[in-house]
Amino acid sequence: MEFKQPEQEIHQFHRRVAVAGAVVLAAFALLILRLVWLQIIHHDYYRTRAEENRISLVPIVPNRGLIIDRNGEVMARNYSAYTLEITPSKVSDLETTINGLAQIIEIAPRDRKRFKKLLDESKNFESLPIRTRLSDDEVAKFAAHRYAFPGVDIKARLFRHYPGGDTASHLLGYMGRINDKDLDLIETKEQDANYQGTEHIGKAGLEQSYEFELHGTTGFDQVEVDAGGRAIRSLARTPAVPGNNLMLTVDTKLQEVVEKAFGDRRGALVAIEPSSGGILALVSMPTYDPNLFVDGIDPTNWDLLNNSLDHPMVNRALNGAYPPGSTFKPFMALAALTAGKRTPGQAIADPGFFNFGSHRFMDDKVGGHGMVDMYKSIVVSCNTYYYHLANDLTIDGISSFMAQFGFGERTGVDIEGESRGVLPSQAWKKRRFKKPEQQKWYPGETISVGIGQGYNAYTPIQLAQAIATLANNGVMYRPHLVKYVENVRTGEKRLIEPQPLRSISLKPEHIAEVKRGLVGVNKEGTGARAFAGAEYVAAGKTGTAQVFSLKGEKYVAGRVKERMRDHALYIAFAPADDPKIALAVLVENGGFGAQSAAPIARMVFDYYLLGKLPKAPAAEDESASESSP
Amino acid sequence: MKIVTRVWRRFTDPMDGTLLFIVFSIIGLAVMVLFSASNDNHDRIQTQMVSLSIALSIMWVVANIPPQRLMALAVPVYIFGVLLLVGVALFGDISKGARRWLDLGFIRIQPSEMMKIAMPMMLAWYFQQREGALEVRDFFVAAIILLVPAGLILRQPDLGTALLVLTAGFYVIFLAGLSWKLIVPVALVGVVAIIALVLSGDAICQPEVKWPGMHDYQKQRVCTLLDPTKDPLGKGFHIIQSTIAVGSGGIAGKGWLRGTQTHLEFLPERHTDFIFAVLAEEFGLIGCCLLIALYAMLIARGLFIASEAPTLFSRLLAGSLTLAFFTYSFVNIGMVSGILPVVGVPLPFMSFGGTALVTLCLGLGILMSIHRNRMLVQK
Repeated sequence: MEFKQPEQEIHQFHRRVAVAGAVVLAAFALLILRLVWLQIIHHDYYRTRAEENRISLVPIVPNRGLIIDRNGEVMARNYSAYTLEITPSKVSDLETTINGLAQIIEIAPRDRKRFKKLLDESKNFESLPIRTRLSDDEVAKFAAHRYAFPGVDIKARLFRHYPGGDTASHLLGYMGRINDKDLDLIETKEQDANYQGTEHIGKAGLEQSYEFELHGTTGFDQVEVDAGGRAIRSLARTPAVPGNNLMLTVDTKLQEVVEKAFGDRRGALVAIEPSSGGILALVSMPTYDPNLFVDGIDPTNWDLLNNSLDHPMVNRALNGAYPPGSTFKPFMALAALTAGKRTPGQAIADPGFFNFGSHRFMDDKVGGHGMVDMYKSIVVSCNTYYYHLANDLTIDGISSFMAQFGFGERTGVDIEGESRGVLPSQAWKKRRFKKPEQQKWYPGETISVGIGQGYNAYTPIQLAQAIATLANNGVMYRPHLVKYVENVRTGEKRLIEPQPLRSISLKPEHIAEVKRGLVGVNKEGTGARAFAGAEYVAAGKTGTAQVFSLKGEKYVAGRVKERMRDHALYIAFAPADDPKIALAVLVENGGFGAQSAAPIARMVFDYYLLGKLPKAPAAEDESASESSP
Repeated sequence: MKIVTRVWRRFTDPMDGTLLFIVFSIIGLAVMVLFSASNDNHDRIQTQMVSLSIALSIMWVVANIPPQRLMALAVPVYIFGVLLLVGVALFGDISKGARRWLDLGFIRIQPSEMMKIAMPMMLAWYFQQREGALEVRDFFVAAIILLVPAGLILRQPDLGTALLVLTAGFYVIFLAGLSWKLIVPVALVGVVAIIALVLSGDAICQPEVKWPGMHDYQKQRVCTLLDPTKDPLGKGFHIIQSTIAVGSGGIAGKGWLRGTQTHLEFLPERHTDFIFAVLAEEFGLIGCCLLIALYAMLIARGLFIASEAPTLFSRLLAGSLTLAFFTYSFVNIGMVSGILPVVGVPLPFMSFGGTALVTLCLGLGILMSIHRNRMLVQK
């Protein structure tokens, strides 16, 4: 061990202190570098993070656009109401909580059922209503007990209300909670941001097809929040822009008249303004009350609507496909004139049947109608005349002419989910069937197509469009419900009113001849009884469609007989010389068209043209008879 | 008049003006930052002021004690401290999962805190005894003196205090002339270990992996530092929120009382261990550099005092106590800015809390005493 001088020792100590000092400086330099890294180089990133921490965007749900009829009557509006809501994820025992709430506020079994249904359909962290439309009294009562119910809140929400109740439900549609399928749609439309805070979406009818017009633009409240998520103050606010109003071509009063006229019968009616394609009334019976869906339909009502034998949720005007029966005949006559296969005066002798090969096609009237020209064939609805005609026109001749009137094609009406119907042709049969022997078209099949039976199947709106086009001398419009979309803030109106779809090339004298026949129907033919004493001239054609059994329908004793009856049809327009309204009526199991469908049309015309209100549902004209099925 | 001057002289004489000026600058900054961090809780400022007065009084008293008297106290204080630590291990109160407090009936004390001073005193005393006859064996004795209490503290477990006691002891040994042949390899191994830890963080932070000799919460702290985003609402929340506070402060800061991270309570522990983040958010890089500069000045003054000290004991003690300020400030700022794990080390003179203030002022008092007595023993 060497001996160390104190000077040496002090010297060594000073060196060590210097080293320590250098280490301290280096370490502090490292800290400053780190701070430069955070506070200068990455300052923007951390500033944003700090802002994200403190600023929370609270969506402001816009007011949904109103739906207003052609006379300014509001058909769908909004109202604000208090709801009692539970956030399941914040509640330990739902059953106990709901029972506890029931001690304070009335909670009906239907509320519980609806809540259970919502619970199954939604995510746990969503706030779900257990009661809606709380009275002020109930709000006050709950507020006093709020402390005992963590996870339960009262919220003010906007609800949809349909003042007309079950009137026009099929065209208005209804609202429901957003489900996964709706979310997909919202995503594909890139509306995700706009639907933050929105809980309901149009599920059917105009509410669905004009969803993105009606919804509006969601606003945002920029709120400063603390670490606990409590709002401290509002920083900025982007107000919500209310949705656009829909101004309809529909006349609510007319719609009511029609629904009353149907009474408790099932069926559909579509009335169109021929000069524009604007739909005046679109009825499917029975209807339902869309208000039931507004705050989530309860399972009892849902089952009632879905399992009813009457299928109230089906929009028959757009989705029911029925054989047109004799209402097809005026179009057949027009096809014959246009193709040069018949002249108006050319008459055939009707023995009461038409032989084709080995098969005999019967007329309705035993012994036949005698000599029948075109006018008479329409007025008395002579089958034999059209058996011959169908054979002469051939199936492809018929289908190519009928296609021009929109038969077998979707009309493009502004409600989603319309059916196409069936316009039979050789090509159609090939597509429709798989086996080669089924794909072949047999000429015998053409004969029944000629009187609107066979494979023919059209929706009521297709029939209405066809008769409106005929009334409008071949100029065809797309049927539509919305006249214009109105921006509430700017007052700007965007017309939906369409250009003519097409103008079918028809000779005026041919149209005039067919119209003469249709006027004759209501003057001296099958529609004469229904239109007796009318103060205007109406053109029309009755029809009867043979019933094909609905799939899966249950056998219910006592109803079977009624449901075996044929469907009654009627197409018409008035006034005959200057058509203001054209319509197609279908009464399911209504028997002859003249018997139950034509009287409804009479009521519609009386109201629309003369302002006369009917007193009772249209009576069934028991004595009416039809010369052909 | 003369009496007043004499009393004043008696009062100011033991104190070192330079040290006092630096510390009061730091305290001035601390009051502003603490006021902001406390939001509406002004009681906290009052409490801190009371603690500060007590701590400064203790400093003044200690500054009056000559180093020779301190040296005489070194051994009994150290032994008493170790006994208390053993007592804690056997009968200590458990709070927050650690056994740190000893209830003596009339007072609850934290013996580990007193080791922060007792340890360098003891080691400095030992080297003073061996002055002029230092052998390699002495460093092993020093290591045992250091490791026994440090191990007891680590077992409590209290990583922060153990770290401070260990470093305080290490500084004495280092300044006493520990051979570079021992320091360099250990330092190298440490650096390699840290690099390996950072690179393999994902693998060794799997929940199944147990770290030998470490508690789960200590492992968590290191893992959280390696990747705070893994656990943004739990353990990583502190680091994430404090780096956001620091980074969002920018160069000039958001302004006094205007830090959103602080005032909207996103920043946890904002008046104690994480108070630096408040300073960084509201006063920016400028404020941070000012504070770090004040610490650097404090350390420079301390090292100067150590260099001038007449005896080995006072040199080593002054050097170690001074460098302890460095440990405190470096570990705390490194932790808040996310380059060191979260260990419970307060920011000197800034963090709220009386115990730390007393310990720090005790150190200051000793420094002042050493400085005042620099000439007396010299030949």
